[in-house]
Amino acid sequence: MGAEGSNLRVQGIHYHTSLKGRSMNSPILNLVAERIIVAVVTLLFVAFTIFFATEMLPGDVAEILLGQAATPEAVAGLRTAMNLDEPAVLRFMYWIGNLFTGDLGVSYVNKMPISDLIGGRLVNSLKLAGVTAAISVPIALTLGITAAILRGTIYDRIVSIITIAVISVPEFMVATLAVIVFAVYLGWLPALSMAHEVTSMGGLLKVFAMPVITLSFVISAQMIRMTRAAVLETLNTAYVEMALLKGASRRRMVLHHALPNALGPIVNAVALSLSYLLGGVIIVETIFNYPGIAKLMLDAVSTRDLPLIQSCAMIFCLGYLILITIADLVAIVSNPRLQ
Amino acid sequence: MSNLVEVRNLRVDAKTDSGRTVEIIRDVSFDIAEGEIVALIGESGSGKTTIALTLMGYTRPGCRIAGGKVTLSGREISNLPEHKRARRRGTEVSYVPQSAAASFNPAHKIMDQVVEVTKIHRLMPIDEARRKAVELFKALALPEPDTIGDRYPHQVSGGQLQRLSAAMALIGDPKLVIFDEPTTALDVTTQIEVLRAFKSVMKKGAIAGVYVSHDLAVVAQIADRIIVLKNGEIQEVGRTQDILHRPQHPYTRELLEAFEPAPHGRVVDRPVEPEKPLLVVKDIVAGYGRVDETGNPSVKVINKVSFELHRGKNLGIIGESGCGKSTLARVIAGILPAAQGDVLLEGKPLDRDLRRRSRNELRDLQIVFQSADTALNPAKSIADILARPLAFYHGMSGQRRDARIDQLLDMVHLPRSLRHRRPTELSGGQKQRINLARALAADAKLILCDEITSALDTVVAAAILELLKELQREHSLSYLFISHDLSTVRAICDEVVVMYAGEKIEQLSPDIMGSEAGHPYSRLLFSSVPKLDTGWLDGLEQDPHVLQAYSRR
Repeated sequence: MGAEGSNLRVQGIHYHTSLKGRSMNSPILNLVAERIIVAVVTLLFVAFTIFFATEMLPGDVAEILLGQAATPEAVAGLRTAMNLDEPAVLRFMYWIGNLFTGDLGVSYVNKMPISDLIGGRLVNSLKLAGVTAAISVPIALTLGITAAILRGTIYDRIVSIITIAVISVPEFMVATLAVIVFAVYLGWLPALSMAHEVTSMGGLLKVFAMPVITLSFVISAQMIRMTRAAVLETLNTAYVEMALLKGASRRRMVLHHALPNALGPIVNAVALSLSYLLGGVIIVETIFNYPGIAKLMLDAVSTRDLPLIQSCAMIFCLGYLILITIADLVAIVSNPRLQ
Repeated sequence: MSNLVEVRNLRVDAKTDSGRTVEIIRDVSFDIAEGEIVALIGESGSGKTTIALTLMGYTRPGCRIAGGKVTLSGREISNLPEHKRARRRGTEVSYVPQSAAASFNPAHKIMDQVVEVTKIHRLMPIDEARRKAVELFKALALPEPDTIGDRYPHQVSGGQLQRLSAAMALIGDPKLVIFDEPTTALDVTTQIEVLRAFKSVMKKGAIAGVYVSHDLAVVAQIADRIIVLKNGEIQEVGRTQDILHRPQHPYTRELLEAFEPAPHGRVVDRPVEPEKPLLVVKDIVAGYGRVDETGNPSVKVINKVSFELHRGKNLGIIGESGCGKSTLARVIAGILPAAQGDVLLEGKPLDRDLRRRSRNELRDLQIVFQSADTALNPAKSIADILARPLAFYHGMSGQRRDARIDQLLDMVHLPRSLRHRRPTELSGGQKQRINLARALAADAKLILCDEITSALDTVVAAAILELLKELQREHSLSYLFISHDLSTVRAICDEVVVMYAGEKIEQLSPDIMGSEAGHPYSRLLFSSVPKLDTGWLDGLEQDPHVLQAYSRR
């Protein structure tokens, strides 16, 4: 066992020196650049997939727009006007080019610029996501870390049981229950969240309360479990035992010795959970009739508004990539071995 | 004068995975005087680390002190609540771990971890603690004592980390320091330096110590008294000189005998072989990463190594960790294709890549890995593990195969009833025998043994070596024996290749593996192996220039 350990150690040292030998201009910058390039390539790939997936939807856009009574000449005219008779690859190029200049195109359905359609909705969704994150992340991390500190106690068991219960219950159930309890029986909160009607701080709280509670339930459970698991895993290492043998308290062992080394997995779990707030909130937005971007996309699908669907999908993907890239960067920066 | 440590009728229980409670320490009692260094010697599972940790009032998860008491400077520690035990850890009694590399937190700088004890127990202001740490770094002969603390653990070598962990243990001025196999993971040349540093600071401060080790020769250099343990019980206690020269207990004698296996007896009437060598390795260059157009890999591990091995003979390859000896075995086996050079088996060149070798070529050359734990599939029974090469190389099936499996188990001296067990149900020595039986199943001509005894206890390892010799006599095998342990190599090999930093330093007969060996590095290496002699370390003189030239520390 000893000899094996030393082999591992030596390999580590070799690796380190080879890294050093390759580039003295900070390997951390290289890694960061690498992560960002990967993110951009992924985004292009997703754009490609979204475009051609919507292309493959059955039906001709011009025919749909003009309705069944349209003459073939009218359809052909519209196709030319919309560049629909050009090859798909070429249209993909136009679309990507326009995306980069910030031109998202025009809605097929109501002829409004898509940026106008999305703008307000995106702000609404970000507000909801922001408030949910601001509440659930600190609570989840605290619960996860304290559960790890108090492993095996009643407190730990209760936290574990509740998180499993919350994971197992679908969110529409939580949302519906919340409506029944708070809006119907108690009458404390409105059943629908009309964000634009808010004028006062109290009104804001009322409008956000139920969607935020529902979403927090859903995303916190995952974060609590991941945080607890990541901290517990590092608690089993030799350096934490060493800290114990130096006389450190359980609290110091967890916060000072285990947590910094568990940061990578925790940040990733947080990023994954938060990314759900952008795309996966359709159910919550629908139930509370909240005017967010997920609901906008749902409407776009039912009206076959392809440019709008494409733009929404791109925004979801961009949000996801930003979160994951930030998580990776935090993990890289927090690892002294890479500095 | 009362004793610093008094252990009385100590019993420790452990809970197994199946929920059973087993007693792992049985009725152990001993004392340690002020300033005395006592060694706990025993094989893995003898309970030596468990006992040492109880002196800090600590048992590993799943274990608990079931009876007896541990008294440290007149006050019992075993009956205190956890937070009161914590108050005494680091200040009265401290710990130097087996693997400093794993015991330093990778996220914090070394200095912060060294002075952490003073911070936890509020012993002194931080600046004073730092000054004291630098003093300790100097006393432990660490390079750049003023700045080494500003580095992260991965930026210093293993030998340095081990000394830094001693500084970490000494900063709180403990009366007792526990050393838990602190040099086991180190190379022999590094071990000397670390042992010397430990010894001098302990003597200077008149600090008492508990030195946990399986290596009698190392312990002989540092301990005043030795406690011999087996299965959680004390076998013998005595002064170091007495244990080494006048052992009373049979188990102690067995340990001493296993320390120096009998040298390989050369058969005098072995015919001089005019035939071509069994294995020829010619100008091998190998490594990792992309191979450039001149045939050099970006990280070169093996550089122009050549040797020959004759039928029925054994060749040893020795060197310190990172010298490329295991990589060489992987290259010969074709697991890692060489970038340059040839491997010839019975005169026929083998393809560099294992995947392009014929089934017969694969059969003739088998490899046995260091860790049987990872080399044997835990989900398969022993019979399944041995059946596979029989079916693959010899197309055996049914009764013939079953009979052959029984034969193989006989050959490695294991009961036939083991065939239905799984690897996890076997001991380390048994697993290594199965590992060997699998290579035998192929009817190989040459077996590459990669550190196959390194993970085993000395007595078990000596038995495996005996088995290897016996198999060789009966089946005209040849071994390529890779090891960092010189006495093991001496016990089995006819010729020895010494490697350093990927290059072959020289090839010599193990008989002259002494002071007159040709190359300065070989001399350095051979002289660094601890001897069963209490004065060895103090009397050892090594050429500082050679030490400097061959230290990649």
